[in-house]
Amino acid sequence: MSGIALVPIHLAEGPSLLRHLEKRLAATFGLAVEARRPWFDPDRAYDASRGQYNSTLVLAQLQGGAGEAYDRVLGVAGVDLFIPVLSYVFGEAQLPGRAAVMSLHRLAPEIYGLPADPARLFARAVKEAVHELGHTYGLIHCREPGCVMRSSTYVEEIDLKEERFCAACGRAVRPGG
Amino acid sequence: MSETPVSILIVDDEFSVRDSLEHWFRRDGYRTAGARDGEEALHRLQEDRWDVVLLDMKMPGMDGLDVLRRIHALEPGILVIIITAYGSVESAVTALKEGAFDYINKPIDPDELSHVVQRALEQRRLSSENVALKAKLEELSTVPHIVGESREIQKVLELVRAVAPMDATVLIRGESGTGKELIAQAIHAQSPRRYFAIVPVNCGALTESLLESELFGHERGAFTGAQFRRKGRFEMADGGTLFLDEVGTLSPKTQVELLRVLESREVTRLGAAKPIKVDFRLVCATNQDLEQMVAEGKFRDDLYYRVNVVTIHLPPLRERREDIPLLARHFLDKFSRQMNRPFRDVAPEAVDLLVRYPWPGNIRELANAIERALVVGKPPLVRPEDLPVSLAPPAGGAPAPQVGDSLADVEKAHVRAILERTGWNVSRAARILDIDRVTLYNKIKKYELSQTSSAALGAR
Repeated sequence: MSGIALVPIHLAEGPSLLRHLEKRLAATFGLAVEARRPWFDPDRAYDASRGQYNSTLVLAQLQGGAGEAYDRVLGVAGVDLFIPVLSYVFGEAQLPGRAAVMSLHRLAPEIYGLPADPARLFARAVKEAVHELGHTYGLIHCREPGCVMRSSTYVEEIDLKEERFCAACGRAVRPGG
Repeated sequence: MSETPVSILIVDDEFSVRDSLEHWFRRDGYRTAGARDGEEALHRLQEDRWDVVLLDMKMPGMDGLDVLRRIHALEPGILVIIITAYGSVESAVTALKEGAFDYINKPIDPDELSHVVQRALEQRRLSSENVALKAKLEELSTVPHIVGESREIQKVLELVRAVAPMDATVLIRGESGTGKELIAQAIHAQSPRRYFAIVPVNCGALTESLLESELFGHERGAFTGAQFRRKGRFEMADGGTLFLDEVGTLSPKTQVELLRVLESREVTRLGAAKPIKVDFRLVCATNQDLEQMVAEGKFRDDLYYRVNVVTIHLPPLRERREDIPLLARHFLDKFSRQMNRPFRDVAPEAVDLLVRYPWPGNIRELANAIERALVVGKPPLVRPEDLPVSLAPPAGGAPAPQVGDSLADVEKAHVRAILERTGWNVSRAARILDIDRVTLYNKIKKYELSQTSSAALGAR
């Protein structure tokens, strides 16, 4: 087996979002993409004192077990993620490596008191997924304004960039393409 | 953008903090490293160059504050961002007082971390830019080179060094051509105002109304011909030095206006309604006898006292003859470079002539003589025949009048000779001697010269 595994972690949006991600990621990375249930207990990464999931622990779980069979493994969490020193993260990835994890929690407009907007949420999810997977290819944040590897401090900044790599970042991901 | 990646050192006793922050910053392309305590941090600082240090306040062994002090002792310019546990603002404030750039609370908000680090890097960029610009300015505003080893000129330079850092008004006195403007520049270049301009105004070169508009500036339409708004010299000198040359030639009206500016530190452009605050240091120069002018009512005494705070007297060249060979050599080097003429030196016989000549036009006249010699002469040596005829010793014919060997004797004889040549026309004689009439009258008085004494000498 090879390609990219999408691993849903407490994902309320479920199949429709995963299907959308499968399509977009396959087109961007030129790899087969399949969704598969977690082979580990994601709640082992839960920190009750913070009410959040430790992304570093999730990342460690994604790398092992069934994840080893894939070129890349991307955890897609519906819950909020953190690394111990930061209050939250949108996602985390090995730089470079095979595993990445992203959270939809802070991508949803309703968390900021705005009306729900599924189309916007899906678009943000694709950009975050491509961005975190980009790190696994060794890419660091890019200064090109439209590039998906541009750093986003605020969620609105995700809306400003596109879901594609700039030419230079694209070459690192698909050297032949 | 700089080619070297920004470097961040993370000092925290918890591995997970170091590891996750290092990882987080690496995604931005920063070079990172971790240190588990103060000792390791100081070690790493000595090993490598770091732009920013993220420093945990609570660590076993040396605490954050101690580490901060030691980091600054090691590298004062480094920017340290303190990481504190939530709620320990007090220690963070102490750290800020000790020179930390900022602090952030744990757990750190990623937005805040990005912003603090961005601000720190911006500050670092600005301060290194500032250092570079200051060095450049320092290079540009070098103290003008004043040539001379004589006791007289060394005394002047000592006074310049002493008075330059103070903000006191300086009056430079000396005959025409002695280098008054150069001394004004030297004062400015060694003063804290050197990063601003020195604005020279030759008061004697302009009519009263022109000088007024030059000094004060004007609004558009203030008078016929004032088509544009213009800043005056007072405003241009804001922060720097205003150099008023030939201050003794100011008209009574301009004297009053200058006095008002010096007292109020405000100027009003011609045609403007509101005054503007100005802050400049005043340096004046004159070759006139201001005391006599005050006595004669030609120069206001209140302005005289304002202007005459520290006085620097520049000796005429004939009173520092030992500097003549040095100055000649200096101008030879300068002009031969400028003209691209391969002159190496002044021939000893020519030096001899230069030293004996009384130089009524002082250094300016000497510079002109050398410049001329470089034009007419043939490299590599300046020979006596390349020098202006007036320098040449009287050839054959009428014997030179017998004079004593002292400088005063030579000056007396020269003044008398010129007066005779001009038929005692004081204005013409002053022009030839390149001194003003008042100075010439003073010399006539000093040497007790009169038409009769000349006649008597001529008859001898």
